Amino acid sequence: MMPEFIQYEFMRNALAACLLISVCCGVMGSLVVVNRLVFLSGGIAHASYGGVGAAIYLGVSPYLGAALCALLASLVMGGISLRAKHRSDSTIGVIWAVGMAAGIILVDMTPGYNVDLMSYLFGSILLVPSSSLWLMGTLNLMVLGWVRLFYYDLLAMSYDEEHARVMGVPVRGLYYSLLALAALTVVTVIQAVGLILVIALLTIPAVMAEGFARSLGTMMIWSVLLSAVFCVSGLLLAYSLNLTAGAAIVMVATGGYFLSKLFGRMRGATQGY
Amino acid sequence: MFPPVVHAQGVCFAYDGHLVLEDVDLRVRKGDFLAVLGPNGGGKTTLLKVLLGILKPRRGGISVLGVPPGQAAHKVGYVPQHINIHPRFSITVEDVVLLGRMPHRSWWRCFGEADRSAARQALERVGMWDVRDRRIGRLSGGQRQRVFIARALANDPELLFLDEPTASVDRDFQTALYDLLKELNASMTIIVVSHDLSILSSYATSVACVNKTLFYHDRAEFTQTMLETAYHCPVELVTHGPVPHRVLKDHRCS
Repeated sequence: MMPEFIQYEFMRNALAACLLISVCCGVMGSLVVVNRLVFLSGGIAHASYGGVGAAIYLGVSPYLGAALCALLASLVMGGISLRAKHRSDSTIGVIWAVGMAAGIILVDMTPGYNVDLMSYLFGSILLVPSSSLWLMGTLNLMVLGWVRLFYYDLLAMSYDEEHARVMGVPVRGLYYSLLALAALTVVTVIQAVGLILVIALLTIPAVMAEGFARSLGTMMIWSVLLSAVFCVSGLLLAYSLNLTAGAAIVMVATGGYFLSKLFGRMRGATQGY
Repeated sequence: MFPPVVHAQGVCFAYDGHLVLEDVDLRVRKGDFLAVLGPNGGGKTTLLKVLLGILKPRRGGISVLGVPPGQAAHKVGYVPQHINIHPRFSITVEDVVLLGRMPHRSWWRCFGEADRSAARQALERVGMWDVRDRRIGRLSGGQRQRVFIARALANDPELLFLDEPTASVDRDFQTALYDLLKELNASMTIIVVSHDLSILSSYATSVACVNKTLFYHDRAEFTQTMLETAYHCPVELVTHGPVPHRVLKDHRCS
């Protein structure tokens, strides 16, 4: 028996988008968490709003503008954080704010009210067109191919960067490519949950998986599964209760996170005896 | 006469305009066991990182195993000072050691049977094979230190760098570690950064004292000039014999 929502094309697309987003979100989210790039990813996400504003002003696709702007921001932030790792957070904060402000002003300067603005802030997974699904699939292939080829290099860099350098791992190139793919992932995930909630969906599954996974690879797989569960159940919850999909997805993820913390604490307490 | 394993000439290094190493010359011969001593903040670790290619010197020429630093990755082992980085990281002991085999991977960047057996041998050598499946964060400080030494040995190095290897281990393991290093010294050159002077007594074959500048002595003893110039203050030499005793040398602060 097919549930009734399957007959709507927008629900089929939304479910497919959930599953596709979960792949890049889980894999890149794991790398973002273990490399302590959560704040930097937040910076990229918000700075990309400048690209949305510019794209709306110029009359082109907002997601194209966001992607280009996110890539640019990741390049700049990567350069700053490679040069001064411990002092980079304030500069990232500045870029974060400048991107947002530029986006808002550019939208102000565009005549007429623009719907894309709201969908960008809070996500619009129910409006995902088929063409976006193809883009998500392409990004997933890029991410998976890249991780497959550089898995041990990424592991070495994430675990002990200096040792990785000594072992001849091309840390610089790897770091920039990690940020670039994280930027594209952030822009993609924004379609589902929006700019405001993207960091939650990127990090919560990865942090949960980190608690019990025994390798970076299993951590990635578990993050993908967890974000798929959160996205799909959040979407169905939103559908049945008529809620905003992005917010429902993040609430389900947060609920899962606190349950896992509680469960972990209970298990830790019993192991203590 | 072999060419020196490490050859540094006129090396200067500065953090944010603050000079840490000044005009450092160093020659390490094949088969040496060099102890790098000196006060905290004197630049010992910086020197090691410059020789490893992690930090780029501002001035000066360095060759390590005949090539610039960082170019001989497949012949170098490195045991860093901080073994408590990422204690929650999802990685098993065996995988940590496997990362020491990075330069030996096949062309599609994966590990093969030879790498796994090298990792196994290295873990057996430090007595950590039994805990190979545990997450690294579940180990004690001393166990973790052994795993990091195994990671360096897995690379089958000609030149082994260790930064404060005894900082987080107990006294018994410290002796065991130095015995292991002495054994390894038969087949590889070893450079150890330490502020533990007891290493001099029976293990090191030469000493470098670093306090911005470097003083080298090709025998395992601390000379009066080294002490005076390196520490700039009265120095207390404590030795560990059967009966605890100390050798006090008093001199003026310059």
